[in-house]
Amino acid sequence: MQYTLESASSSGPPPRPGSREPVFRALGVTKVYHMGEVDVHALRGVDLDLHDSEFTVLLGPSGSGKSTLLNILGGLDVPTGGQVFYRGGELTAADERELTQYRRHHVGFVFQFYNLIPSLTARENVALVTEIAPDPLTPEEALGLVNLGERMDHFPSQLSGGEQQRVAIARAIAKRPDVLLCDEPTGALDIATGIVVLEAIERVNNELGTTTAVITHNAAIADMADRVVSLADGKIAEVRNNDHKIGAHELSW
Amino acid sequence: MAPLNRKLLRDLWQIKGQAAAIALVIAAGITMFIMYLSTFESLRRTQQAYYERYRFAEVFASLKRAPVRIEDRIAEIPGVARVETRVVVNVTLDIPDLAEPAVGRLISIPERRRAVLNDLALLRGRWLEPGRSDEVLVSEGFAEARELGPGDTVTAVINGRRRDLEIVGIALTPEYVYAIRPGELIADDGRFGIFWMGRKALANAFDMDGGFNDVALMLMPGASEDEVIDRLDHLLTPYGGLGAIPRALQTSHWYLDSELSQLQGSGLIVPSIFLAVAAFLLNVVLTRIVSVQREQIAALKALGYSNREIGFHYTQWSLSISLLGGVVGTLGGAWLGSQLITMYNQYFRFPFLDYRLSTEVVLGALAFSIFAAVVGASSAVRRAVKLPPAEAMRPEPPGNYRESWVERAGFRQLLSQPARMVLRNVQRRPVRSLTSVVGIAFAAAMMVVGLFFIDAIEELVFMQFHVAQRQDVTVTFVEPASAAADYELRRLPGVIDSEPMRSIPVRLRAGHRSRQAAIQGLPDGARLQRVVNVSMKPVGLPPEGLVLSSKLAEVLGVGRGDTLVLEVLEGARPVRQAVVADLVEEYMGTSAYMEIGALRRLMREGRNLSGASLQVDAAFLDPLYERLKALPAVAGVAVKSAAVETFRKQMDDSIGIMIFFNVFFASIIAFGVVYNAARISLSERSRELASLRVLGFTRAEISFILLGELAVVTLIAIPVGFVLGYGLSALVTTAFDNELYRFPLIVSAETYGRSALVVLVAAVFSGLVVRRRLDHLDLVEVLKTKE
Repeated sequence: MQYTLESASSSGPPPRPGSREPVFRALGVTKVYHMGEVDVHALRGVDLDLHDSEFTVLLGPSGSGKSTLLNILGGLDVPTGGQVFYRGGELTAADERELTQYRRHHVGFVFQFYNLIPSLTARENVALVTEIAPDPLTPEEALGLVNLGERMDHFPSQLSGGEQQRVAIARAIAKRPDVLLCDEPTGALDIATGIVVLEAIERVNNELGTTTAVITHNAAIADMADRVVSLADGKIAEVRNNDHKIGAHELSW
Repeated sequence: MAPLNRKLLRDLWQIKGQAAAIALVIAAGITMFIMYLSTFESLRRTQQAYYERYRFAEVFASLKRAPVRIEDRIAEIPGVARVETRVVVNVTLDIPDLAEPAVGRLISIPERRRAVLNDLALLRGRWLEPGRSDEVLVSEGFAEARELGPGDTVTAVINGRRRDLEIVGIALTPEYVYAIRPGELIADDGRFGIFWMGRKALANAFDMDGGFNDVALMLMPGASEDEVIDRLDHLLTPYGGLGAIPRALQTSHWYLDSELSQLQGSGLIVPSIFLAVAAFLLNVVLTRIVSVQREQIAALKALGYSNREIGFHYTQWSLSISLLGGVVGTLGGAWLGSQLITMYNQYFRFPFLDYRLSTEVVLGALAFSIFAAVVGASSAVRRAVKLPPAEAMRPEPPGNYRESWVERAGFRQLLSQPARMVLRNVQRRPVRSLTSVVGIAFAAAMMVVGLFFIDAIEELVFMQFHVAQRQDVTVTFVEPASAAADYELRRLPGVIDSEPMRSIPVRLRAGHRSRQAAIQGLPDGARLQRVVNVSMKPVGLPPEGLVLSSKLAEVLGVGRGDTLVLEVLEGARPVRQAVVADLVEEYMGTSAYMEIGALRRLMREGRNLSGASLQVDAAFLDPLYERLKALPAVAGVAVKSAAVETFRKQMDDSIGIMIFFNVFFASIIAFGVVYNAARISLSERSRELASLRVLGFTRAEISFILLGELAVVTLIAIPVGFVLGYGLSALVTTAFDNELYRFPLIVSAETYGRSALVVLVAAVFSGLVVRRRLDHLDLVEVLKTKE
């Protein structure tokens, strides 16, 4: 059963005149964590649209709230206040079951620490997703896309960090997600490996047209984005369009 | 195979040691479940088939003598379907290789047809030939114990004359599945033989021509047992009826049934304890796994796996372990069950006895394992399901530590830094520490329960055969004898002391409750056969009134000061009243006592005696037995040393096996729990300990931190286990509380000591395994992993 959020909500936000229907729309999103005795305000009212096939980089120092925002967009977390819409359906009104279906069919996640299942090989980690997705790539196709066709039967412990991250990307894209959300995908990697990983993400964005959002604290990566959203202290500080975006292989930091 | 299943298999392989330890605990529980319940079922099925095929009667009555025409009157009682009248007599047997006399019970069978009720199964040899008065069939148990077969002869003392009986066949009957000598507590096949003789021959030998002294009935479906018994008693009273009993109180049936319910009880109670421990272990391990895999769980959730799928995945961990244990336990239980039933067939004689493991029992075991798995997994699974994925992405925050109360109490200066870590760890997770304590305590408790049986049996033997019965030989007479008999006994060879005993069969009535019993008249201040309470104090017999064992008082629903109606079942069968003067707490039987003089006054008789207790010079035993065998007045001779030996042997055989299993499996629990506790701590601490190694701590120092915690937990657990073990022992004694015997709640210091020792050995062993792992701790690898 393919779940669509349209069914979850009857009243979407009014479309902005003159603009395409956004994939994501966040309105006044706030998030407060209760850490022991203190409240941490991770997001203090964020408004943001993400568009179809767009490559967006969310830039900000640690603690700026960018991971929280990504988790909320991905249906992993729910905001304390505000609304989030995915293709007109209201994510913030969805229940746990609907969020699971949303993640299962629409979202591909890539994490800073890869979060591979250590007891499964690269191929099997990807198969985790292809097993439950309605129209997936084969694990071989997905691993081929990230140039890991040769190392499919290796366990995570037998792969380098960059290879592990590429497995994670293959795992995220194997379901042909509508959006690819990457949380500091190069955060644990050296520059050369990081670029290989970014190339893989770039290729997915280009070839499959997947709407992509990458979180990073590394400003250099912003150069490969269509749009750069800077966050600071739980708020959007700046949004800028990249008129001259460059390929991942040209990046350096 | 689905990737999640692969993950499951590989993850399980990672924790194979712990998984095996838990599976073993489950296997132990399921083994006992299958073993006891399949044996129970097989015996129950055999019992029913045997009773039905050989027409085991439903009502039994003994009497002095009635003419055969009464049989028709009995058949006319409403509700009676079939009647079989018989002649049944006890005789003394003279067995060449047995010094003391044995008891033979001669039962008549029709000569030209099969018995209508209580039919025989002929195992070997042939049926009796009509008209041959010296031919007998003999019970299998006696034949085996005495190595007798067709063609052999046995000498019986019938009415003072020795008579040779020729054995032509070996047989069994549902009436003596358990063949126990009257007045004994435990069967002794070698000293109690059942013989079947032609009705005519037996009647001739005992002046029963044209009469009978025993009757068995089968009832019509729906007939009222009580009503039939009342009418039968009424009919037989003029003929010296001793009171009819229903099948439920028939000796052999009663023993078989209590054994069966004990098997059933053991099959449910003991495995429950094991599976409870296993569920606890599964819970601890799985909680740890979920905590280690929190980031994997988060990833799975992010990938779109539903809570149901993730919950099921972690339930499968526990199910796999549990079902592995269940399968091993089922196989083990089936094998042990088939062994156990062979052992049962030595005490309970059936012409056919097939061990069968029914699908129901196997399904029960399966359901039991699954239940333990699901209960064990539930809280960890709930935790996995509830884990918020966004939060789980982040590593766990550092644990919330505080100074331990030992430190706050001002002992901080006395404690080294590692010692403080041990204390803070124990205190930080009070629930975890508590569950570890409870788990290890359970292991100690199971040991205590297993070994407690030995203490209880020792206590029983000591009480019964050393404190209460101080005589060497007990003689009972066929008929009450006069005072002269006491004098005669004293003059027998080797007799040092003799004490008279008067035993009167009665039916005790208290309102609508009644019980057949024998009132034992003993001298107050008896030297040999004494009445002793559970605290081993001899109980004085008051000059008037009854002293009842508290079990009998409970059965009758009476207490001190209540009046009982005594329907005497011998002689002129007077009906008397007596007051319950005192109660005595005893471990064995349901006895009623009276001071011998008071009993004689109640019976309005002279210095009669039914038997005597003798203290004998061991050097003169053989001539004494020789003389006793020849005395026609003597109905039975019980030798204490033989009784002790039989008692011990049978206890060793039956309860001994149970003790062995309990102790063996309790050791498994001990290792399972302690080993798991150690491995979990290791898994939680390896990063912290590796960091300490990097800082320059030695292996011994970090081992102290980890193993010190284990030691603290174990040392707290042992005394808790003692208390728990005492409680479980008390629970077990209630399961063994029947009219035959009660188990004394005595736990010896040795039992506590041995239990503690096993737990300590388990702890040291687990400690060494963990220590070995600590020694091989890969510092770089551990520090690199995120957790």
